[in-house]
Amino acid sequence: MKYVDEFRDAQLVRTLIKAITSATSQSWNIMEICGGQTHSIMKYGLLDLLPNNIHLVHGPGCPVCVTPIEFIDRAVHLSQQPNIILASFGDMLRVPGSQSDLLSVKAQGADVRTVLSPLAALELAKQHPDKEIVFFAVGFETTAPAIALSIIQAKKMELNNFSVLVSHVLVPPAMEAILSNPQNKIQGFLAAGHVCTVMGTREYFSIAKKYQIPIVVTGFEPVDILAGILRLLQKLEAKDNVVVNEYKRSVKEDGNLAAQKTLWEVFSPSMQKWRGIGKIPQSGLKLNKPYRKFDAVEKFELQQIMAEESKICIAGEILTGQKRPFDCPAFNKSCTPENPMGAPMVSSEGACAAYIKYFNQ
Amino acid sequence: MELACPIPISDYDRILLAHGGGGKLMHQLIEKMIFNELKNEFLEQTHDGALLPIKGNKVAFTTDSFVVNPLFFPGGNIGDLAINGTVNDLVCCGAKPLYLSLSFIIEEGLLMDDFWKIIQNIKAAALKSGVKIVTGDTKVVEKGKGDGIFINTAGIGELIPDLSINPIHCQTGDVIIINGAIAEHGIAVLSKREGLTFETDIVSDSASLNTMMEAVFEVSNKIHVLRDPTRGGLASTLNEIAQASNTGITLYEKNLPISESVKGACELLGFDPLYVANEGKIVVILPEDAAEKVLETMKEFPEGKGSCIIGKVTALHPGKVHLETVIGSKRMVDMISGEQLPRIC
Repeated sequence: MKYVDEFRDAQLVRTLIKAITSATSQSWNIMEICGGQTHSIMKYGLLDLLPNNIHLVHGPGCPVCVTPIEFIDRAVHLSQQPNIILASFGDMLRVPGSQSDLLSVKAQGADVRTVLSPLAALELAKQHPDKEIVFFAVGFETTAPAIALSIIQAKKMELNNFSVLVSHVLVPPAMEAILSNPQNKIQGFLAAGHVCTVMGTREYFSIAKKYQIPIVVTGFEPVDILAGILRLLQKLEAKDNVVVNEYKRSVKEDGNLAAQKTLWEVFSPSMQKWRGIGKIPQSGLKLNKPYRKFDAVEKFELQQIMAEESKICIAGEILTGQKRPFDCPAFNKSCTPENPMGAPMVSSEGACAAYIKYFNQ
Repeated sequence: MELACPIPISDYDRILLAHGGGGKLMHQLIEKMIFNELKNEFLEQTHDGALLPIKGNKVAFTTDSFVVNPLFFPGGNIGDLAINGTVNDLVCCGAKPLYLSLSFIIEEGLLMDDFWKIIQNIKAAALKSGVKIVTGDTKVVEKGKGDGIFINTAGIGELIPDLSINPIHCQTGDVIIINGAIAEHGIAVLSKREGLTFETDIVSDSASLNTMMEAVFEVSNKIHVLRDPTRGGLASTLNEIAQASNTGITLYEKNLPISESVKGACELLGFDPLYVANEGKIVVILPEDAAEKVLETMKEFPEGKGSCIIGKVTALHPGKVHLETVIGSKRMVDMISGEQLPRIC
C-alpha cells in the first residue's frame, strides 16, 4: 500500500537501528506521547530492535485511557434512560466505569451504537427525531474538529435532539504536567503526528524552551518512529533543545487552520480531569456559549454523577511514564483484556493492552 | 448439591456479544460451561465436527448457526454462507460432505423476496458442493425477536479413508498453507453494516472448499490439520491449533496474502486482518516434504489460486503463535479477547 509499505521497509529499519546505535553515547528516557505510536512500537517489536540504553516510556496519548471514570458512568447512566441512543467510538464501549461498562448495559437492552464519526451520530439524530441522540466525544486535538463540525451542523439544522458528552483533552498541557512533576524522568519527547497535523508544531516551541527538552514530531509507521528516535537522540546528544518536524508528509508548522478555526468556534480550553492523573489546567475542551445547549452534561443534569477510580490500578503512573505495565501487581493477573480494571488494559492504544497482546512471553 | 457457575458472576453476569466473537471470552464460555459439563469422547475431539463410528463406517457430523448482519453483503448472502460454512467444517474433519439439515428461525416481517433470494443461494451453493438438503425446520418469531433470519445447519459426511486429520496432530517441522487472501469476508460484511458504511470493492470469500480439498486428498494423505479460519480470523484459529497440539507456530508477515483494499480498510478502521473473519479459507498443516504437491493441486482451483505457505510449526514457544514482522522483528500473536472495535483515531 502506497505511503505505508515504504515506511515498513526492512532494509530502512536496519539502517536506522544501526544509526541509532552509533548515535547513542549514554542511556536516554524518551516518551512517545501517542497511544497509536505505542501500539506500533509493540506491533512491530521495536523494543527488541533498539539498543538497551534507549528506554521508551509510553505517554498519556490514549483517549480511552484518560477519560475520567465519571464520564463512563455518565455515559452508562444516559444509555440506560428510555428514549436515548448513545453513540460512541468503538474503543469506549469496553472501558469499565465504577459499576458497569457500555457493552454490558448494551447487553441489558440499552441502545448503544458504534459509529466511525460524529457525523454518523448526527445522521442518527436526523433519522430518529423522536429520540435523544448523545454522542460520547472523547479524543485529542485529532478528533475534536470533527466533533465541533457536527455541533455546528446540528445548530444549523436545528437538531435539538442531538447533544455531546464531551471529555476531550489537549496534548501540550499534559506534557507540561509531566515535565513539572519533580519525579519526571523524561528527557525527550516524540510528539504525536496526527495531533500536530491538526494543530501544527508552534505550541511545542515554548515547552521545549521552558523545560529545556527536545521534541520531535513523528508518525506511526516503524520507519517514522525510528527516524523520530534517531533525530531525537541527535538532539539529545547535542543538547539542542528544539522542536523538529520529522513527519513533514503530514504536518505543517501552522497545522490545519480550517480545522483549528472550527475547533475554537465551538470549544474553549478548560480545566480537565485525566483518568489516573488528576486535574490539569487548560487541558480539556468546554463548549462555547452559543453551543452550550448541545452539552449533554447540562441537558441531562449529569454533574452530580461522580466516581472514584480503583485504588489498585496504577494507570496514572503508567500514563505519566513513572511505571511500566510490568510494574503493576495486577498486570496480567487480576487485570486482563477480558477483565480490565483500568482503561490502559482496554484500548488497543493502551500500554497495558499492547504489552499483553504483543509481548513475547 | 448446587453447582456453582464456573465463570465468576463478578466478571460477567450476562452474555455479551464478545462471548460469541471467536476469542478468549468465547473459549472460556465453551470450555468452562459447555465442554466441562457435557463432555464425552466425541466432544473431546475438539474438532470442527465429531467423528462417529456408525456400524463400521466412519462418519463426520457437524452443526453451525448463521446470524450475519446484514443478510446480504458483497459476494453472497446468509444462504450460501450457511451451506459453505457447514460443508467446510466437514472438509476440515477430512470428510466428504453428503447431507445437510437446515433450520430457519425467521423474524416476522422479513421480505418474502429476500427469503426467496436466500433460498436461491442455498440451492446454488448446495448444487456446487454436491450436498443434499435432506431435512429442515421453519419457525417464525415475533418482530424484534430475531434479526431477519437465523439459519442453523447440521451436516453429515463420510470420512475419507487413510486420512487422520486433527488439530492435535500438528507437529514440529510442519508447514502452514492458506488458500488465498485473508479477511475479505469480515471487511465485506462490515462495509455494509449500519453506521460503518464505507466504499470498497471488497467481496466476501464465501465458498465451499470440498472440491479442491478432495483433489488434495487424492494426491496426499499426509495432512495433519485442516481448519477454516472463520470467526476470530487466522490468529484465533492458529492459537487454537498451537494450544491443542502444544506446538509453537511462527507466521511470516511478508508471506501473508492480504489484498490492498483489505489492508486499506483495516488501516482505516484500526483492525488487524489476522483477526478478521474468512468464509472460504482453509488452513492446511502438513509435513514440509508434502507441501509442494498439495500447493500445486490447490492452485489448480479458483478458490485455491492464491495458495501459499505462511508459516511453520516449531518446538519453540509451545502453545503460542509468533509473527516474524516485515521489518525483521518478532512479536506474539495472541488470541483476541472479545471483538475488534473500530478505533478512535
